[in-house]
Amino acid sequence: MITTNARKAAFASLLSLALIALMVSSGANRAHADDIPVVEITAKRFAFTPDKITLKKGQTVKLRLHSEDVTHGFFLRPLKLDEEIPAGQTIEVTVTPQTAGTFMTICDHFCGANHGNMTMTIVVE
Amino acid sequence: MKPSDRRSFLKITGASLGIGVLYSAYPAALAQGRVGDMFSILGRQNGEKVTPFSFVQLSDAHVGFNGPPDPLGTKAFEHAVDMINALPRRPDLVLFTGDLTHDTEDKDVHTQRMRQFLEISKRMNVPAIKYVPGEHDAGLDGGALYREFFGESHYSFDHRGVHFIALDNVSCAKPEIGSEQLAWLKKDLARFPKTAPIVVFTHRPLFDLRPDWEWFTSDGDDVMNVLSAYDNVTVLYGHIHRDDEHETGHIHHYAARSLIFAFPDPTAVTAPKKPIPFDKDHPFKNLGIRTVNVNGKSAPGAHSVAIEDVELTAREFRGINGVHQLLRNPDV
Repeated sequence: MITTNARKAAFASLLSLALIALMVSSGANRAHADDIPVVEITAKRFAFTPDKITLKKGQTVKLRLHSEDVTHGFFLRPLKLDEEIPAGQTIEVTVTPQTAGTFMTICDHFCGANHGNMTMTIVVE
Repeated sequence: MKPSDRRSFLKITGASLGIGVLYSAYPAALAQGRVGDMFSILGRQNGEKVTPFSFVQLSDAHVGFNGPPDPLGTKAFEHAVDMINALPRRPDLVLFTGDLTHDTEDKDVHTQRMRQFLEISKRMNVPAIKYVPGEHDAGLDGGALYREFFGESHYSFDHRGVHFIALDNVSCAKPEIGSEQLAWLKKDLARFPKTAPIVVFTHRPLFDLRPDWEWFTSDGDDVMNVLSAYDNVTVLYGHIHRDDEHETGHIHHYAARSLIFAFPDPTAVTAPKKPIPFDKDHPFKNLGIRTVNVNGKSAPGAHSVAIEDVELTAREFRGINGVHQLLRNPDV
């Protein structure tokens, strides 16, 4: 039989968990509110969406990379990007481009027959 | 004079015939006098004296590939096998530098492609055929199916005084050798003197040829750091479906043509990579057999105590012309 005290204790525990979750969430929001633009990129065999983004030289951006299917790579040597996007997951990477130009980013984690054509363009102005 | 004072001992010459590469390895100066002594020293240190022989490199057959740009399927591969069997001198070895098959997620279909590859490959009348995987063989399953058919994906062996090293830079799905294989490489080489003749064969280039086309190995510099301690290293690779020659320090890198379709010159193209269109009038154009002749003569200018640098001279005969040239010139 569950006593009133036990119910109170259980409620208090749930409340604590909810508060912790709220604090974590708020922390994440604060991180997003620090004026770093976020660019969402989705990887799905055999394309990135969008397939072209434009960044500003010297401006820091956060790339949020999401795989909709298998593990993909995200490789661009001039921007020192060499990321692994695990299957079905999202990762974030911060980059500050220092060189203007048009660069081709590739998936460098072999993902199937048309892997060699899985590219996207990053323009740095 | 210590053996380590001599920069090289081996000469490799080559000629391209349209479907692969045949190399010959031989002491550039015949074993006479002090040179003979040197070969004896090397023989003792390497465990075996270097004696002349030839070998062939084939690459990128992509068995199972169909559709544009190449409608010929396995025809170039089978043609290469026929040409190798017709060579006036039988090569000791065939090295196959990856992408034996084209990938598929259907394991049964990929198994069938591996079987078909082996069925054609085993028609070659040569004493030994050695393989490394390409990403189309091993990239999707970590090399599990490849190993069922071909055994370990990195290994080494000695042949007539030359140390051959197979490196796998595809099985972890990324263009990478990895720390474990790198440690194995260091251990494997530890028993050899600085002058040991070494041939490395792998799939992707071990240097940055064109990273935005995935023509690189991310930890290739680490491999080169290990290999650069040795005076006589030649690296053979595939993947790029075209001839290429490159030097990193004193190490020479040579790419073989494919047996399915060709890619353009990476230095002349800025756009994403696209295969060279199929030419129905020259169906084997830009595909490769590269062969090498054995002459065993001293290289001009070789001085008496030196052992020659490893070098490769490619003479290219393309397509049907290559076949005719081969038939006309039995020394090739």
